[in-house]
Amino acid sequence: MIRVAVQREPIDLAAEIAAAEGEGAGAVATFTGLVRADDGVGMLELEHYPGGTEAALTRVAEAAAARWSLLGATIVHRVGPMTPGERIVFVAAAAPHRGDALAACAYLIDRLKTDAPFWKRETRGGEAQWVDAKDSDDAAAAKWD
Amino acid sequence: MALTVLYFAWVREAIGTGEEVVTPPAEVTTVAALIGWLANRSDAHAQAFADRAKLRAAVDQGFVSLDASIVGAREVAIFPPVTGG
Repeated sequence: MIRVAVQREPIDLAAEIAAAEGEGAGAVATFTGLVRADDGVGMLELEHYPGGTEAALTRVAEAAAARWSLLGATIVHRVGPMTPGERIVFVAAAAPHRGDALAACAYLIDRLKTDAPFWKRETRGGEAQWVDAKDSDDAAAAKWD
Repeated sequence: MALTVLYFAWVREAIGTGEEVVTPPAEVTTVAALIGWLANRSDAHAQAFADRAKLRAAVDQGFVSLDASIVGAREVAIFPPVTGG
């Protein structure tokens, strides 16, 4: 089962993991991304492409399900304003065994970073700035090609 | 034919709107040609589109390269490289 959500509300880790475990799997691998306080970031805002984001995340999850033997793939991404320490993204892969769950989990987060339309804007000391894309993210996504 | 063009992040801010409906001439058949045509709409458009290397696009919600066709498209989005996750 594929679950994709783009939401302004905080990510409920316990509920998301419980849902992933409910797939009847022998292994669930998860990744949680948190807002970093890099160089004094006070607030992080996430803009996205309504409709286009959900379509892109669904494509990423479907590609993972086609590549590994999965019982479930979950991607939950927050949008709107957040502060350091808050959860910004959660992905989970449920599979019969750990190998597929771990690989698919890594794939889901690597791919969503380059294949889904989100944009970060950091605010430091009252000054907002759009975050530049990183070449290292392109390299991480490309290793799955 | 009417085409909805969406802008995001600093492209949206530079142009001053997130969405506009335009009717490009028939010879505008690619994303790159559309960007070139839109750049003539205002100084803000020209400035936002000055460095094509910093622009990415989606046609009908799927990511494409700038040389992709827009023939028959209903929605084109123009935006900076993505930074989610």
